[in-house]
Amino acid sequence: MGFVNHLPTRRELLVGSGALFAWSQIPRLARAEGRDPRLLVIVLRGALDGLGAVAPVGDPDWVGLRGDRALVLDGKPPALPLDSFFALNPAMPNLHRLYKTGKAAIVHATATPYRERSHFDGQDVLESGISKPGVTASGWLNRALLAIESGGRVDPRGSRALGIGSVTPLVVRGSAPVMTWVPQKLLPASEDTQNRLLDLYQHTDPKLATVLQARIKLASLGGAPGAGDPMSDDPTLMPPGIARVRAYFAEAAGTAARYLAKADGPRVGAMGFVGWDTHIAEGAASGQLYNLLGALDGAFAAIETNMGEAWRETVVAVVTEFGRTARINGTQGTDHGTGTVAFLIGGALAGGRVIADWPGLKPAQLFEDRDLRPTTDLRAVLKGLLRDHLRVEEKVLADAVFPGSADVKPMGGLVG
Amino acid sequence: MSISAKAEAVLALHRFGMGPRPGSIAAVGTDPRGALIAELDRPLALSAAVSLPTSAKAYRTVADANARRTARAKQAQQQAKKQQMAATPIAAGDQGQAQAQPQGYSQEKDAAEMAAKQAADAVPDPGRPIYLQEAKLRTEAALAADIGFAERLVWFWSNHFCVSANRIQSMSGAYEREAVRANALGRFVDLLLAVEGHPAMLFYLDNLGSMGANSIAGINRSSGLNENFAREIMELHTLGVRTGYTQDDVISFANVLTGWTLVPPGADPQHGGEFTFNPRLHEPGGQIVLGKRYEQEDAEQGRAVLRDLAAHPATATHVATKLARHFVADEPPPALVEQMAKTFRDTEGDLKQVAISMVSSDEAWRGPPSKLKRPGEWVVGMVRATGITVVDPTRFTGGQELLGEALWRPSAPKGYPDDEASWIDGIGRRLDVANNFAERITGMADPQVIIEDVFTSQIAPEVKQAVGRAESRQQALALLFMSADFQRR
Repeated sequence: MGFVNHLPTRRELLVGSGALFAWSQIPRLARAEGRDPRLLVIVLRGALDGLGAVAPVGDPDWVGLRGDRALVLDGKPPALPLDSFFALNPAMPNLHRLYKTGKAAIVHATATPYRERSHFDGQDVLESGISKPGVTASGWLNRALLAIESGGRVDPRGSRALGIGSVTPLVVRGSAPVMTWVPQKLLPASEDTQNRLLDLYQHTDPKLATVLQARIKLASLGGAPGAGDPMSDDPTLMPPGIARVRAYFAEAAGTAARYLAKADGPRVGAMGFVGWDTHIAEGAASGQLYNLLGALDGAFAAIETNMGEAWRETVVAVVTEFGRTARINGTQGTDHGTGTVAFLIGGALAGGRVIADWPGLKPAQLFEDRDLRPTTDLRAVLKGLLRDHLRVEEKVLADAVFPGSADVKPMGGLVG
Repeated sequence: MSISAKAEAVLALHRFGMGPRPGSIAAVGTDPRGALIAELDRPLALSAAVSLPTSAKAYRTVADANARRTARAKQAQQQAKKQQMAATPIAAGDQGQAQAQPQGYSQEKDAAEMAAKQAADAVPDPGRPIYLQEAKLRTEAALAADIGFAERLVWFWSNHFCVSANRIQSMSGAYEREAVRANALGRFVDLLLAVEGHPAMLFYLDNLGSMGANSIAGINRSSGLNENFAREIMELHTLGVRTGYTQDDVISFANVLTGWTLVPPGADPQHGGEFTFNPRLHEPGGQIVLGKRYEQEDAEQGRAVLRDLAAHPATATHVATKLARHFVADEPPPALVEQMAKTFRDTEGDLKQVAISMVSSDEAWRGPPSKLKRPGEWVVGMVRATGITVVDPTRFTGGQELLGEALWRPSAPKGYPDDEASWIDGIGRRLDVANNFAERITGMADPQVIIEDVFTSQIAPEVKQAVGRAESRQQALALLFMSADFQRR
């Protein structure tokens, strides 16, 4: 429940100035090939631990690095094998199924050009497509849309892109019109936010700490009957917790898919999910990260279902600002790192493989002796998708969409 | 500005104002007491209010809509019945038809009622849009104020003399403007006369139909006196509970107040909804209240009692205690309360002087920031920090309701409480609201900028650290808004 309407949503604008939106959305070149492609970008804010999501179980140094926190094939629960080297977090059976049917690919040891470790700056670089932080006027996805020629009017009132959430993600902001849709469900403050606030209160205001702690305890009983309906929209009745997060992820992603699937809907969308900053008690195999990846896996299922027929023309790119430390820290979590994974799913994908130039996990192989070394520029992946799926020209990608990225060649063969 | 001057400016803004906003610490300057006092000299009226209806006009508008709704429903019901009669085949003497009649009859009745309800629902309720416009204006005044001390005083008095929009939605906002805002920095007696004589209050505290046993109306009808209004004036608005008045005083005062009512909206399209004294309801003769006999005629009798209540020493203590409790501490320093009460007595209840005596006292500044902000101040403080000055009233009032302090909708005439115990369990809901607000504004508000520019870094180092380490701007903003620096004053 927020309460300030500082910026009219694009949808409200749309009522007032329809002309602004009276242009079409199907990329012309793709249409000429008889396609009608959809692209959804999901930003995981907070930095996903790529090694906790997709474990290099075949690397001899893996278990030594993470000890009993390492995902392994004979773990409890066992990691899901992807190939002879990598295994997927057991929280993601949907992704595993998609992977096995060639409708998902995983890029590992990837990163944006950003090499510092500030979330805000890292997200700016990830979403703006500019290699230096602090430039937030527009996002790479929006600039890519500007470059696509129209292949025919889809919705006379429609816009090209869809932003999910009450604030349009930077990646899709810019001069190409964006329509926004705000999920009806209130996103609960994440477990991580609550724990940080509790920590802050414990150092500054014991009384507030006591109250907040009681609430967190109550929420941990949230699964008990009568403790509240996780599907309810009334936050006073709802226990905060993973049930709400799952419901929110599924609703947000599922609705995005419904819009993108429509014959007269937008063709490109972007959304963000928060909560991935797992400094304390990361719980890759059964805990915070496991729960979040499970919620994300549920969102994948909702997208596949709600896309319907359009699923075969769909690509979903799931990206994060950077990875986390290769080793576990002193509080059973991981700190800000560098290399991580990107998930690609969708019926249009040439998947069924982990794309990685594996850097290894020995101390000397780690970036600054702490992080998974990035060997694949994430921009190459994104440029590959934009070129081969939406048909954005390579020169435009190098100059306008990801300025100064001429040396980063688009990765081919991602779309089948 | 030195660090200690900045810290005092921040305290002034939190404790006595609406919270820091861009530029407000510089506006407070090095003399926070002087700046607070100077704000009391500025006009308190809302210039944008000219576009809003008066309370009487708002009341008539809603009453007119209600009357139209009833008429449309009747019409639709009659029409539906006519159509059914026309459609029913004439089959007199047919046994089978006769047997089926009861069920058919009830279906027809349902259809007619449905048609009536639909016709009624088609007439929009003008009360809610008026409420929302008033809420918007009031909230934006709090967001735009340099410091917000005067607005806080308006909020305080509005809560002290509360009505409830659950009972009288149309007038709730206009009541605050006409009776409270217009007198919040004047003399207490004028404020008291304005609120007790306002139709919204008379409606809310059930005085419209209260009649003396020996009044013309009382003799002609079986209904009679309602004590509620008189009791709440003494218990809540003036003397305070258990200050020596008796049940007899309540009854006498209630008799005094009979006849204080409003012009029925249907009877007078020009003045419907305005205050009127109806002599047919008024108990004739003199009354003894608190040992003093009041022989005045008509409404003057009630005004005379109100003037004496305003001047009563118990009222000075009651008001001073509540003010100090609201602004300074749940258990305010007795010396501060006494000084404010003395000022009240010495100045014949000059509320501006009472406010000045509060902020001029060292006692009002010395204590740690122990007060937990009420939800309304906290929310406004959060929005002010971002520099936003325009609100969507539906969203805003919805948020306040969620936090347990629905605007102009307290559950009882006592108004919303002013102690930590009443509000602290709502911290969890505040987190939901802060988290959601942070998500909405994350594209336009930078937590570092708020700390450095709005707060000029006058915030606990632990908060700075938590904000700096947050996983996203949204989380950083939520932590900042939830920090004790934002919640306490």
